[in-house]
Amino acid sequence: MSERNVPGRLASEGLTQGSRTRGGIGESTLRPDGTLKVTGEFAYASDLWHEDMLWGHTLRSPHAHARIRSVDVAEALATPGVYAVLTHDDLPAATRYGLEIQDTPVLADGVVRHHGEPVALVAADHPETARRAAAKIRVAYEELPVVTDETSATAPGAPVLHPGRTDGHAAHVPHPNIVHRQPVRRGDVAAAKARAAAVVTGEYEVGMQDQAFLGPESGLAVPAEDGGVDLYIATQWLHADLRQIAPVLGLPEDKVRMTLSGVGGAFGGREDLSMQAHACLLALRTGRPVKMVYDRFESFFGHVHRHPARLRYEHGADRDGRLLYVTARIVLDGGAYASSSPAVVGNAASLSVGPYECPNVDVEALALYTNNPPCGAMRGFGAVQACFAYEAQMDRLATELGLNPVEFRRRNAMSQGSVMPTGQAVDSPAPVAELLRRVKAMPMPPERQWETAGGGPDLRALPGGVANTTHGEGVVRGVGYAVGIKNVGFSEGFDDYSTARVRLECAGGEAVATVHTAMAEVGQGGVTVHAQIARTELGVSRVTIQPADTRVGSAGSTSASRQTYVTGGAVRHACATVRERVLALGRTKFGTYHPAWATAELLLEDGKIVTDGGEVLAALADVLEGEEPVEAEVEWRHRPTEPFDLRTGQGTGHVQYSFAAHRAVVEVDTELGLVKVVELACAQDVGKALNPLSVTGQIQGGSTQGLGLAVMEEIAVDPVTGKVRNPSFTDYLIPTILDTPAMPVDVLELADPHAPYGLRGVGEAPTLSSTPAVVAAIRQATGLALRRVPVRPEHLTGT
Amino acid sequence: MRVNMTVNGRPRRADDVWEGESLLYVLRERLGLPGSKNACEQGECGSCTVRLDGVPVCACLVAAGQAEGRDVVTVEGLATRAGLPDGKLSAVQRAFVDAGAVQCGFCTPGLLVAADDLLARDPDPSDADIREALSGNLCRCTGYEKILDAVRLAAARGGGGAADEAGAEDEAGGTDGRAEA
Repeated sequence: MSERNVPGRLASEGLTQGSRTRGGIGESTLRPDGTLKVTGEFAYASDLWHEDMLWGHTLRSPHAHARIRSVDVAEALATPGVYAVLTHDDLPAATRYGLEIQDTPVLADGVVRHHGEPVALVAADHPETARRAAAKIRVAYEELPVVTDETSATAPGAPVLHPGRTDGHAAHVPHPNIVHRQPVRRGDVAAAKARAAAVVTGEYEVGMQDQAFLGPESGLAVPAEDGGVDLYIATQWLHADLRQIAPVLGLPEDKVRMTLSGVGGAFGGREDLSMQAHACLLALRTGRPVKMVYDRFESFFGHVHRHPARLRYEHGADRDGRLLYVTARIVLDGGAYASSSPAVVGNAASLSVGPYECPNVDVEALALYTNNPPCGAMRGFGAVQACFAYEAQMDRLATELGLNPVEFRRRNAMSQGSVMPTGQAVDSPAPVAELLRRVKAMPMPPERQWETAGGGPDLRALPGGVANTTHGEGVVRGVGYAVGIKNVGFSEGFDDYSTARVRLECAGGEAVATVHTAMAEVGQGGVTVHAQIARTELGVSRVTIQPADTRVGSAGSTSASRQTYVTGGAVRHACATVRERVLALGRTKFGTYHPAWATAELLLEDGKIVTDGGEVLAALADVLEGEEPVEAEVEWRHRPTEPFDLRTGQGTGHVQYSFAAHRAVVEVDTELGLVKVVELACAQDVGKALNPLSVTGQIQGGSTQGLGLAVMEEIAVDPVTGKVRNPSFTDYLIPTILDTPAMPVDVLELADPHAPYGLRGVGEAPTLSSTPAVVAAIRQATGLALRRVPVRPEHLTGT
Repeated sequence: MRVNMTVNGRPRRADDVWEGESLLYVLRERLGLPGSKNACEQGECGSCTVRLDGVPVCACLVAAGQAEGRDVVTVEGLATRAGLPDGKLSAVQRAFVDAGAVQCGFCTPGLLVAADDLLARDPDPSDADIREALSGNLCRCTGYEKILDAVRLAAARGGGGAADEAGAEDEAGGTDGRAEA
């Protein structure tokens, strides 16, 4: 990893230069919230408490599709300790909301469309009282036929889940139960087929993955004297919540004041509203503060999941091992409501070929409306599903051609200047071949790594662990490689901006910077990076990060690997504006003392104004002393994008691409079908590591979620009833420390000239290639085709 | 009902406790100690791990009444238990910050109590021992590598509970926390 700490002037952005101040960008500074998080004092949303507060609880549908004949709340309302019971009939204003399409009922409006849909709300003085009262609400359901896949959703006579659609996708979809459909067509596939020396086709399936953030959906709504409400909440995007909540409450946005509370992870699962509007409705109805906290069971119903997918691919290559064409059909199950399905479709379609050059492409991606649980954002966002399929195809094509799978990928790897299937040229480094080379060059873990010095096996290092199922017999090692491509930032013409307010002032004889944004810190470390940027740009050591709230403009979503890029960019530009004003102030106050004030390029460094030659002109504190604080608020945008053409998928749809490659080493007990991932190595280009420690943490965390999808994670939905069968951490498994291997990381830093500091969004790319690398390794160990994730023991034993 | 227990060395009393409440609920909602976390409330994630008479347990699986008359140590009491004054971090707490083992931090309190217990039993654990000791604690952010680093670092610095001054700089000043254990 580079040790340089040169902020680098980007002429294209018209900025003067930052400085080499200690604790600035490029250093592994520690989290400003770290101490509070290890002492237990950090206030997560579920920790909030208010005098006189009530507890909210949600009654949810036990059916995947049913008409509500009647709702009787009398007995619930009469329960001592109950202060309010709300149903759809009690809603004061807008009754639906949604991120892209307002199709989601605040409370069920006569029909429930998925298992766990909210039907009624209770506020009571104890959470158990609220739960018991909710159980006394009598709802008469008339069950309706369910649609659970493409066949049933588009069959003649299939129930249309959202009749009379008026959203922007309704006009171009082939069936009303299809949310959005995006083709991508480039070149001449038919002609390319005629020239192909090797062709492989395959059908693949990806199960429904859950974000499984550990901090459950929670928040506290406090009614205010002005008729408004203050909401303390764990979310990924305060202003998107606000935009959806205010109409539901029938309040202007300035009467709904939101403050971010501690967020226990997100991974996409907090992009949509969960209990936000519900808690506010109960607070406004009762005039009392209302806290809502989901338990884990409810959390599985309280947020959207990763779209399960069925993917059909055909790849053709010439004798020299060059891709000639790719065709694909990607069917994503969006579940009962749209959430972010349209954008997920756009990603799956535009990134469907992977990080490879391919001149001829015919792809179609679509998302369905079904009666399955709603699906939306999860780390990797449409690119994960495609990567599992195209990487399996690349391995098979390599085998067909008699080529090493890494060599075959190298021959087709895209690089700077390559053209995507959408026609967009990749105009920054795309070191796909180099990442594969690096990950392959890492030392391999020793064979028979379970053997101890004494000769006996350490069971903990074997498949099955201390269940003592093998001492090495029947255990076969396999190695697999994969690489992926993810877009960074919001795409397809979205106005993706962030706001930052920065203040510099003299406090206690020292220059102190304050950074205020609405960025949701969900664990990723954005607050750490903002302080580093302020130190670099303003040359101060003391930086205060203000709590994120809606008193400042939107910072956009903490998703799409975008926050360091976009809100980081906004902080940087706000700092630069402050810096120019401080330099002007310095010239006014002290300019006559030294000619360099007028002639030299000036920097803010270590609390001083210095020339680029290193001569100190003034202490920052002296410039700021006795003056009003210098403050600037900046709204910053990345380069604009454009929508994909609805018929051809052509268009400059993405801002930036990020790339990661994995090598997985697994050992499989072939008799019992148990898998031990021995090592999961990753190489990733991050452009510029603003905080190397955090970058490594993102890569290892993302890789682990990919490992989970490969071998254990799936929400099991009954294909007949549409009901969720495993909503608990007993039955939905996420990797433990015993399931997770050593994860060596090799970070490449090739600057993107279009991005602040040259950085490249980090968080998602490692989640993509991890899954196919692990499965490729299991395939090599077992010789099985393995077209579905998660791979389960029965898939390996055939039992 | 009324429940009396010793929490982090101090006698505490909770009144009007409903019999179905867990120790976790009483700590969080009645005693003002929300450090122990409520990630699953079914004994699967370990985020509510506390020591009950010295033994690590999931506080969500302990009925409040079972804690009557017993000794409870939560994440809020780790530094005090190590004999440190207010505002100081125990070795394992410091190591979690320094090693980058904290992201969202929701798993952290439970992992700290479990790691503290491990280091008290074994001041120099192997990687396999660390993995085994922490296998009841789920983390969704880190992939556990930095958590392993943190426990190794805490062990190298003197392990369970020893006072530690390393890295106690003003955070706003930007400590260079690259932890190479």
